[in-house]
Amino acid sequence: MSASATAQALPTEVQSTDVMISMTDVHKWYGQFHVLKNINLSVHKGERIVVCGPSGSGKSTMIRCVNRLEEHQRGKIAVDGIELTRDLKNIELVRREVGMVFQHFNLFPHLTVLENLTLAPVWVRKLPKKEAEDAAMHYLDRVRIPEQASKYPGQLSGGQQQRVAIARSLCMNPKVMLFDEPTSALDPEMIKEVLDVMIELARSGMTMICVTHEMGFARTVANRVLFMDRGEIIEQNEPEAFFNNPQSERTKLFLSQILHH
Amino acid sequence: MMDTSNVPTGPRENPELEEISPPMTVVGPVAWLRANLFSSPFNTLLTILAVLFLAWVVPPFIRWAFIDATWTFPQEVIEGVRGPNRGDCTASGACWIFIQARIGQFLFGFYPADERWRVVLVFILTFGAVTGMLIERIPFKKQNAIFLFLILPILSFWLLLGGLGLEVVSTRLWGGFMLTLVIACVGIVLALPLGILLALGRRSDLPVVHLLSVMLIEFVRGVPLITVLFMANVMLPLFLPPGTTIDPLLRILVGFTVFTAAYLAEVVRGGLQAIGRGQYEGAASLGLGYWSMMRLIILPQALRISIPAIVNTINGAFMDTTLVAVVGLYDFLNIVRTGSRDANWIGTEIDGFVFCAAIYWICCYGMSRYSISLERKLDTGHKKR
Ligand SMILES: Nc1ncnc2c1ncn2[C@@H]1O[C@H](COP(=O)(O)OP(=O)(O)OP(=O)(O)O)[C@@H](O)[C@H]1O
Ligand SMILES: [Mg+2]
Repeated sequence: MSASATAQALPTEVQSTDVMISMTDVHKWYGQFHVLKNINLSVHKGERIVVCGPSGSGKSTMIRCVNRLEEHQRGKIAVDGIELTRDLKNIELVRREVGMVFQHFNLFPHLTVLENLTLAPVWVRKLPKKEAEDAAMHYLDRVRIPEQASKYPGQLSGGQQQRVAIARSLCMNPKVMLFDEPTSALDPEMIKEVLDVMIELARSGMTMICVTHEMGFARTVANRVLFMDRGEIIEQNEPEAFFNNPQSERTKLFLSQILHH
Repeated sequence: MMDTSNVPTGPRENPELEEISPPMTVVGPVAWLRANLFSSPFNTLLTILAVLFLAWVVPPFIRWAFIDATWTFPQEVIEGVRGPNRGDCTASGACWIFIQARIGQFLFGFYPADERWRVVLVFILTFGAVTGMLIERIPFKKQNAIFLFLILPILSFWLLLGGLGLEVVSTRLWGGFMLTLVIACVGIVLALPLGILLALGRRSDLPVVHLLSVMLIEFVRGVPLITVLFMANVMLPLFLPPGTTIDPLLRILVGFTVFTAAYLAEVVRGGLQAIGRGQYEGAASLGLGYWSMMRLIILPQALRISIPAIVNTINGAFMDTTLVAVVGLYDFLNIVRTGSRDANWIGTEIDGFVFCAAIYWICCYGMSRYSISLERKLDTGHKKR
């Protein structure tokens, strides 16, 4: 798939035993439609999970439940020990700790790149402006576009915008990063620059859940690959085992479709 | 070098081609005329009709308003022998001495002549502070905003109404252009935040907030302003404990503000609807609460989109201030009309109307020009997600 497949794979064993995200018996319905069925997942500190599965299988819905962009109706979700309930305080606490990167970037078009990055640190974390700006420049450096700080998002390419979006999340110093198909709205030549930033982030020890169909990325970065279909987690395994020796028929079918075309 | 000009396909590799400037477009007035006014038979016909219309309307108007108009008082009036009247306008054109004779009343209503400096002072302070806010190059925006929105309202209230050492001037004496500006400014300045709150309320998930906003907006939009003004005039006192009186001008201000707010709410709601779900999710995922999200992310974008419609509504509201005449207030238009009913000035209706129209036009045109420049300034260009 992408060039990142050639990068040195990260070790798959998990160091920490601290549970960062735990989902137990999570269900969700849209009206009568049962989108998430009995999701059980626990993600340890520093663990990197890649979620794949056919369109409409509930991948986005699942990770959006982790920062409560979607509400689950049964079961329990806790992030870093904080349980997600109707309590708005808890929800905002969790969202501070969980960064999210979207398929369509969702940058704020009326603010410059720098303002996009400093907004939440200043208004949510109450950092002094100067400090927030220094941190922002540090993260812009890390995603390799410090020279774009004063531009507006509309003046950047898709790959640059997505890197700004990643930097924007990082500025909040999150404990977990969620990625929902971060490269699928990008032109092929821009995918690598975004994946490289994500690999670099993985190296730094960030806890990550990525919904992606970039299988090269999954092989390089993931500790675990999850396969979802029709709202269920069908199978999960270390990347080598997952790709080379899938267990269920649905996984085999999905992998054959995605790997051979 | 090989001549490749006949080769129709294939990528061009000649680097010199990159240097070509865009094709020359037509230049000069004749070419411009041909391209813009006479490009087709239909366009030509429209141009001719428009020119004929202008030739029919403009010269007579100019003759009436300027050339044949009476601009100066006769000698006896200047010497103070007698007061002026319509008969002093002997020329066939406009009678501008009517405006000159009555200008104090047109601007200040029945505000005592010795106290009018207070109104002028309020006007100058407001104008200065607003200009300071609107023009980007002028510094001290923060201090200016504090002055404009906190100090100035209190100061103006005191200066206009009096008390604490100043002679008290009842609002019943207020009138003319001053009254129009007071109603328009107070009404619009209060209606804008109220309208934004109503728009947010209408989109709220909280059923009570939603229902109240919808009911207020739909009720107010369902009845004419005149009705709202009558109701505010008659009904507001009923809600207050018996024995207390409420200033007639205040009643009108309440009615006018609520009416304008309801229309602004719908305009702002339109802008809010244009903001995609991604903006809310992006903001929420960073931990922003509802009010920060609205204030920092959603409203700046929604209001920017709505500027033309907001200015349109404000312009309309400015004109609608003339309707306060129905509850007996002498706003600018009403006092000019009343003036031309004076026995000395019979036959000056048209002059009065043209004068009013010119003043209203200057105000509204100024507003719309500013809104256009504001839109340009806020345009961060390019497609948004
Ligand atoms: N707001 C909604 N109302 C009703 N149904 C919804 C809603 N959002 C998603 N769905 C349905 O829920 C299912 C799961 O959606 P989800 O977006 O989680 O899938 P996905 O696995 O992320 O798919 P994709 O790869 O296309 O992004 C889909 O069938 C979708 O039609
Ligand atoms: Mg999805």
